[in-house]
Amino acid sequence: MAKIHVSTTINGEPEEFLCAPDETMLDVMRNGLGLTGAKEGCGSGDCGACSITLDGTLVCACLMLAAEAEGAEIGTIEGMAEGEALHPLQQKFLEMAALQCGICTPGMLVAAKSLLDENPDPTETEVRFWLAGNLCRCTGYDKIVRAVLDTAQDLRETA
Amino acid sequence: MMSDGENKWIGERTIRPDGADKVTGRAAFAADTAMPGMIWGKVLRSPHPHAAIRGIDTSKAEALPGVKAVVTAADIVDFPFDTPVPLGIQDMRWMCRNVMAREKALFHGHPIAAVAATSEAIAAEACALVEVDYEILPWAIEIEDAIKPDAPILHDFVKFDGKPSNISGKLEHVKGDVEDGFNEADVVIERDFTTRPVHQGYIEPHACLVSVAADGQTTIWSSSQGQFMVRAMTSMLTRIPQSKIRAIPAEIGGGFGGKTIIYLEPLATILAKKSGRPVKMVMTREEVMRATGPTSGSKSTVKIGAKRDGTIIAAEGTFYLQAGGLPGSPIRGATACAFAPYDIPNVHSLGYDVVCNRSKVAAYRAPGAPIGAFPVECVLDEVAEAIGMDPLELRLKNAAKEGTKAAHGPVYPVMGYAETVEAALAHPHSKAPLGKHQGRGVASGFWFNAAGESSAQVNVTEDGNVVVTTGHPDIGGSRASIANITAELLGIDYKRISVLIGDTATIGFSNLTGGSRVLFSSGIAVTESTGKVIDTLRARAAKIWEIDVDAVIWEDGEARPAGDNAGKFDPLTLEELAAKANAMGGPIGGGAQLNTVGAAGGFATHVCDVEVDIDLGIVRVLRYTSFQDVGRAVHPDYVEGQMQGGVAQGVGWALNEEYIYDKDGKVDNPGFLDYRMPVCSDLPMLDAVMIEIPNPLHPQGVRGVGEAPLVPALAAVSNAVYNALGIRFDSLPMSPPKVLEAL
Repeated sequence: MAKIHVSTTINGEPEEFLCAPDETMLDVMRNGLGLTGAKEGCGSGDCGACSITLDGTLVCACLMLAAEAEGAEIGTIEGMAEGEALHPLQQKFLEMAALQCGICTPGMLVAAKSLLDENPDPTETEVRFWLAGNLCRCTGYDKIVRAVLDTAQDLRETA
Repeated sequence: MMSDGENKWIGERTIRPDGADKVTGRAAFAADTAMPGMIWGKVLRSPHPHAAIRGIDTSKAEALPGVKAVVTAADIVDFPFDTPVPLGIQDMRWMCRNVMAREKALFHGHPIAAVAATSEAIAAEACALVEVDYEILPWAIEIEDAIKPDAPILHDFVKFDGKPSNISGKLEHVKGDVEDGFNEADVVIERDFTTRPVHQGYIEPHACLVSVAADGQTTIWSSSQGQFMVRAMTSMLTRIPQSKIRAIPAEIGGGFGGKTIIYLEPLATILAKKSGRPVKMVMTREEVMRATGPTSGSKSTVKIGAKRDGTIIAAEGTFYLQAGGLPGSPIRGATACAFAPYDIPNVHSLGYDVVCNRSKVAAYRAPGAPIGAFPVECVLDEVAEAIGMDPLELRLKNAAKEGTKAAHGPVYPVMGYAETVEAALAHPHSKAPLGKHQGRGVASGFWFNAAGESSAQVNVTEDGNVVVTTGHPDIGGSRASIANITAELLGIDYKRISVLIGDTATIGFSNLTGGSRVLFSSGIAVTESTGKVIDTLRARAAKIWEIDVDAVIWEDGEARPAGDNAGKFDPLTLEELAAKANAMGGPIGGGAQLNTVGAAGGFATHVCDVEVDIDLGIVRVLRYTSFQDVGRAVHPDYVEGQMQGGVAQGVGWALNEEYIYDKDGKVDNPGFLDYRMPVCSDLPMLDAVMIEIPNPLHPQGVRGVGEAPLVPALAAVSNAVYNALGIRFDSLPMSPPKVLEAL
């Protein structure tokens, strides 16, 4: 089967790749583009470890065909920090130990940033339901939810 | 150095050394690795729960363009059934058959063959071309079916009472005489219970990349809880000497015990050897669910006798645990931990290992202990109600303490079980009001905690900073704790210390990350190594000052003259001594390779509030507080994290998680949609109360903390549901359909 040529933007940079029609965005990112920050935990959209944004909307890269990236703006964990400066969520996750093994962390951060972009003042319940698509087996979510709420407060105070 | 209020770094919530890489996506987990020329391996798995393998024809698969190698059991070292080959707590007779079916396929998903090809798609296509001649056999999935008289027998060599059986092991602990005890009791309660198999549920599927060079040098990158375990097992299954295998621990995306054995590594090694190409293998979630872990399902009977005043006088438990297709369920954890928190004069605890046509169980966080504790803690709740005593007071009255002889043998050292109950009694949670359809449950639990082999190397860099290497994969923040310990001992800022996990070629043997051993064991190895470094630094200062080494002390990151010499010389800092290292005798470093001893058990008590939605049957956890004797919280964040994570897993086990098999003996829910682990919106904040009763046999007072927090959770939730509804669930999970039916 002939490969499809895709022109897209990833983390603000122009990117081109060839993909099979049935290839997922996650496979192209991980195996072709060297973007291994997004993880495959399930391949069925249940765990959120491969969370990315597609034109600003939170999606699972494992459920997205790579060809759908044509002309779109993709955001991944690799684009979250600005150079050496971590995003406030990344910094807060470190300070509040909101990770143990770290496999869910990239997806959790992408999802949390997507929440705060949309709702800068979420309640605990809103954080919990927004992150319900991101499985973490280590932490029991406690420190993750606290880190997101704390970051939201910091961002509101400095806004 | 036993820590106290004077500590500068022990007890600090420092930033973990591997943190920046983990929040930016840079951390390299096993599936993130790649090599030039790499090809992909795939496993063909049995479609049947039980079948004899009469023949395998791989010729069509081998002929497919792009296929570079095929392996079957014929390529893997066979360990015959008649001679045990123990390796740690495993037996290579079972391991060689678990990584690849030999005489029989023992469960749906059992590996039959593996293929390496230039793409994953071609490897999968080739798997479908492997022709297997199966003789389908009757199967037994559930314990009841496996132990009935006419059950299909999985292994002819397994005998029980002299007859072929699926009961492949038995373990018994006896203390006193339970019959006498029950005769003295005012209240005797006996109940039957079942629990379902649950998966460890790590988010990272098993993965590895293996390269075998032309000279046989083998390099394995894999996700495991023990690079030395990977090396040893792969060596035994491939006959490649251990010295030729370098096992590199990738960052590990969760394990919870499930990555203490190997699955893919020997297959990828043989495929790499045959093909001459590096081979990468990554399981799908479905493969993880069908063919790895889980922990056992169980059936049990527990009988407890107590006097009116609350004295527990006798306790008896019988526990049947599923082992899966090959022997080896955690009956030790179930039989020993079940009654371990209590000082009971008469105990009889009996466990049976039952093989059945499910995937072979793997360790899961305090293996067996939650299965043993669940029935005991539920019956205790009923005993408390029968004699009109608060369930925490009942536990406190019977609490084991230092000097108590446990039914499973040991006499307890310094321990903090009673303190966890006292803390629970005194906590506001225990007195908070409850609403309609709400209930509160309590339970306690014990885990042994392990010690064992651990190696460390502490090196001072030329610019006066420090690199620490240890040998246990870091699964939950252990590097952060090691940085705290080293900083405390050296008296320098923790940010000057890098902490790494060595591979099998760069650090001495270290036992796997399991048994809650890591900080206990590596804490000792790092303390001893750092002590050697400090001795060298003192000796160098003594040489520079031309005084006796005993007249030099190490304090706040510098050598200072002491005693009669105090104040006579300017102190020498770590940087200054590092700069003079070569002139004064050479590089500065210290290592230790130890078999550590002195681990002390961990105890926890949980208080759980639930609310039951009586229209939907959904049990919601409203509030949860766990109390645990943590020895010394070297890094409190990661101790709390263990406590919270253990609770979350226990809530999942109690309320939703279970394997469902269809009528053909196949797993019907091999994915996260239908195998329902707790998600963020299922849980409240999980309060963790750390009680520090330092372990006197450890330099920092450490006792393991990772496993005990799962143990009480099943019964705490169940007792809360009883308190809310007045209905006791003797079978887990308390899923909505089951709760609705009971209502």
